[in-house]
Amino acid sequence: MEKNDDYFYIPQLKKRNRNGKIFKWVCASALISALFFLFIFLFDMVRQGYPAFTQAYIETEVTFNEDLKSNPYSAFDSDSFSIISRAWMRGLPRMMDEDPSLKGTEQKIWALANAEVDQYIKGHPHKLRDREQKIVDRMLEEGSIESKFNVIFFLTGDSKIPENAGFYSAIIGSLLTLLVTMTIAVPIGIMTAIYLEEFAPDNKFTQFIEININNLAAIPSILFGLLGLAIFIIFFGVPRSSPLVGGMTLALMSLPIIIVSSKAALKSVPATIRQAGFGLGLTRWQIVRDHVLPLSLPGMLTGSIIALAQAIGETAPLIIVGMIAFVPDAATNILEPATVMPAQIYTWSGMPERMYIEKTAAGILVLLTILLSMNGVAIYLRKKFHTKW
Amino acid sequence: MEQQNININVAKREKDNKDLRVKVEARDLDLWYSDNHALRNINMDIYEKKITSFIGASGCGKSTFLRCLNRMNDLISDVTIKGKISVDGHNIYAPGVDEVAVRKKIGMVFQQPNPFPKSIYENVAYAPLMHDIVKKGSDCDELVENSLKGAGLWEEVKDKLKEPGTALSGGQQQRLCIARTIAVKPDIILMDEPTSALDPISTQTIESLMLSLKEQFTIIVVTHNMQQATRVADYTAFFHLGEIIEYNETEQIFINPQVSKTEQYITGQFG
Repeated sequence: MEKNDDYFYIPQLKKRNRNGKIFKWVCASALISALFFLFIFLFDMVRQGYPAFTQAYIETEVTFNEDLKSNPYSAFDSDSFSIISRAWMRGLPRMMDEDPSLKGTEQKIWALANAEVDQYIKGHPHKLRDREQKIVDRMLEEGSIESKFNVIFFLTGDSKIPENAGFYSAIIGSLLTLLVTMTIAVPIGIMTAIYLEEFAPDNKFTQFIEININNLAAIPSILFGLLGLAIFIIFFGVPRSSPLVGGMTLALMSLPIIIVSSKAALKSVPATIRQAGFGLGLTRWQIVRDHVLPLSLPGMLTGSIIALAQAIGETAPLIIVGMIAFVPDAATNILEPATVMPAQIYTWSGMPERMYIEKTAAGILVLLTILLSMNGVAIYLRKKFHTKW
Repeated sequence: MEQQNININVAKREKDNKDLRVKVEARDLDLWYSDNHALRNINMDIYEKKITSFIGASGCGKSTFLRCLNRMNDLISDVTIKGKISVDGHNIYAPGVDEVAVRKKIGMVFQQPNPFPKSIYENVAYAPLMHDIVKKGSDCDELVENSLKGAGLWEEVKDKLKEPGTALSGGQQQRLCIARTIAVKPDIILMDEPTSALDPISTQTIESLMLSLKEQFTIIVVTHNMQQATRVADYTAFFHLGEIIEYNETEQIFINPQVSKTEQYITGQFG
């Protein structure tokens, strides 16, 4: 017979179990709400941003003659003139220069529609007048207005004409800036970490330095912008708005993060490995180079990439060093004025035209894609270089 | 004073024995970890091609002294060492002596098996290559084979030299560490509780390995396990609170201890 008495009874056990359960659910709900907000954010960005990846084009007849060169607007009747992008019309003389066979001919080509037409067919608020709306409706029926993939967004720089504004110069600016940051911050950061962790004596002075590096990692980024302005631009005379000055400023900002994470990676290599090396009469440098570094490399790479990903999303310090400027043409080297993705997004977010709203969201999507792929690379490298033991 | 007399007695008697040669001499050695006086006036002769074991309770200074012998304590900041340790009459703490060169002559095996996270072959070959004992190629292959044979591991790993050393069992890893140490061709091998992380069967293997290694090397072993000292050691030193209380032939220490503290320890009354 099984006895069913109080042999295994503890008075508060029920309450203890209930408390545990409540705590578990509180923690789980924190995670759920975080996921919820993330989902809302992503959903909203995609919803607002995806229309920017298509753009309205109008099939129109253009007469390529000498007049077009001096006044491209004259090639259109008043109907088309009011719905075709001015920026596109201004590009016609160049089109004719590039292809002289066009001269004197009449061509049917797909012309870029202006922002209002684009917003109208996307169903967004627009400023088309009734007459223009009727023209557009008629053309839609005829099939001479189409939404096409928006190459302009990826191939041109910023513009004050919304349908002609693109993200290209910002992407190039960001890449150049990131290149400068990476070249400066990663080697210096990793070598500093190796020195502090493996070679430096443990005394008051090195402790002071380490505390300050940890503090630097927590400094508001805009202060690095002021530092960059004061030192690089005013003292050293590095060109304002250039990827060089932006990259150096971001390098200052990334350095402490790279140093701290590289130090952590070195610290995670067990002391027994170093002892084994010393016991065999190896020098410190041999031990670090061949045994400690291979083990800590994945952690260092991950830390560096995360720091760079943070740098690529940074706006405040770059505004201070002038990278917020209106830059229609992509920089071709690190000394030319440039803008960066987050600064471009910030600029667009303040523009009055309706079309910039979707451009802002689309810019955020591009930036997020680049950040996520950088993190993906970090994960891949960590997996690839991970040494099993 | 009592302990000094005993040690000198041992030294005297052994000097009469013509087979014995003093390999390591410690004279008036004192060591402080900042303010903590961890070793007090250590005087000791360690004989060549014998196994000498250090026993004593935790914190008695036996590992600290072992680490003095290949200057591993130099790696810890805030350590002060006074006195002299000579190997074959050469002071290892003399100015101008590089601790790296000392450690090449005096190898060390640790408590936890700590192979490098590399292949078995690389584990053995790395240090000899760095010391220019061999060049890459057949010489190196031969050295790896001989070292692994010396550590009694060759038969078990000869077909998987490319596999990571960390994939071996604990006992095999420790023998790999021994193979790695003898590949550098040291004179002396220090072992810091080499079997305390191992199972009884692996322990037995390591112990018989130690007995065969003493034909070529002077072995100094720190052990927590008094039975191990009786099984492998020719000489045993008993440490207590930073001092050598008694140092004698192992048999004498365990059968006929001269100091009551030693007797208390070996009979399990403390420690």
